[in-house]
Amino acid sequence: MTSQPLNRRGFLTRVAALGLTTALGTTLAPHLARAEWNKAAFDGKSTADAMKALGASGTADSADVQILASDIAENGAVVPVQAVSKVPGTTRIAILVDKNPSTLAALFDVGPDMVADVTTRIKMGQTSNVTVLVEAGGKYFTATKEIKVTLGGCGG
Amino acid sequence: MGNPMKIRAAAKDGITEVKVLMSHEMETGLRKDASGNTIPAWFIAEISAKLNGKQVMTAQWGPSISKNPFLSFKIKGGKAGDKVAVTWVDNKGDTRTDEASVT
Repeated sequence: MTSQPLNRRGFLTRVAALGLTTALGTTLAPHLARAEWNKAAFDGKSTADAMKALGASGTADSADVQILASDIAENGAVVPVQAVSKVPGTTRIAILVDKNPSTLAALFDVGPDMVADVTTRIKMGQTSNVTVLVEAGGKYFTATKEIKVTLGGCGG
Repeated sequence: MGNPMKIRAAAKDGITEVKVLMSHEMETGLRKDASGNTIPAWFIAEISAKLNGKQVMTAQWGPSISKNPFLSFKIKGGKAGDKVAVTWVDNKGDTRTDEASVT
């Protein structure tokens, strides 16, 4: 917005723009609400916080959960991570980056038609432990790997 | 609406591997612009996929996913000619769906 005095045309344009944003806000907000994006979990500031918000307790390291990523990420803005679960009956897979401002990167619902094997690319602000959390039959399993970042990915 | 996604889906040994490349800024809401104002968060919050119209994959994402996100996942079943549709919804309520045939 400019700081010059309002003339009639400028004023009307701004009112119109405001009206449009308000209208969009009200019509689109329920859309997201309906889909139940797990805000509490995504707001978690550490692995422990996010896991708590996801309802994960009594987590155990498991060799059946694999996290496939390189040891060193040259560019923290693009870190490929593959999460694989061989635990029978896997229903959810979460990827958590401990030292990111928003720890939970992704939360996959693994349905009966899906193989528990997903790959995506995440941002990492700094060297951190990356944890894959798997839920199967109400139990939680994890695998953790430290990925070193030589160039930060968050606004650096 | 955003730009089209690139979707590749290949069936092999009863498993269909789907690779999706989306076009999205994925702003974290933490960065500042040149004049020091915080750039509001803008990221894909939800993503889902259908095989021949049947929902097979859903996921929720946070702003920690990279810009122009890549996603690969595997579906049980599927054969050449089947339709894979991928839909994303971002935190501003914008959405886009693209479809591809399994090869």
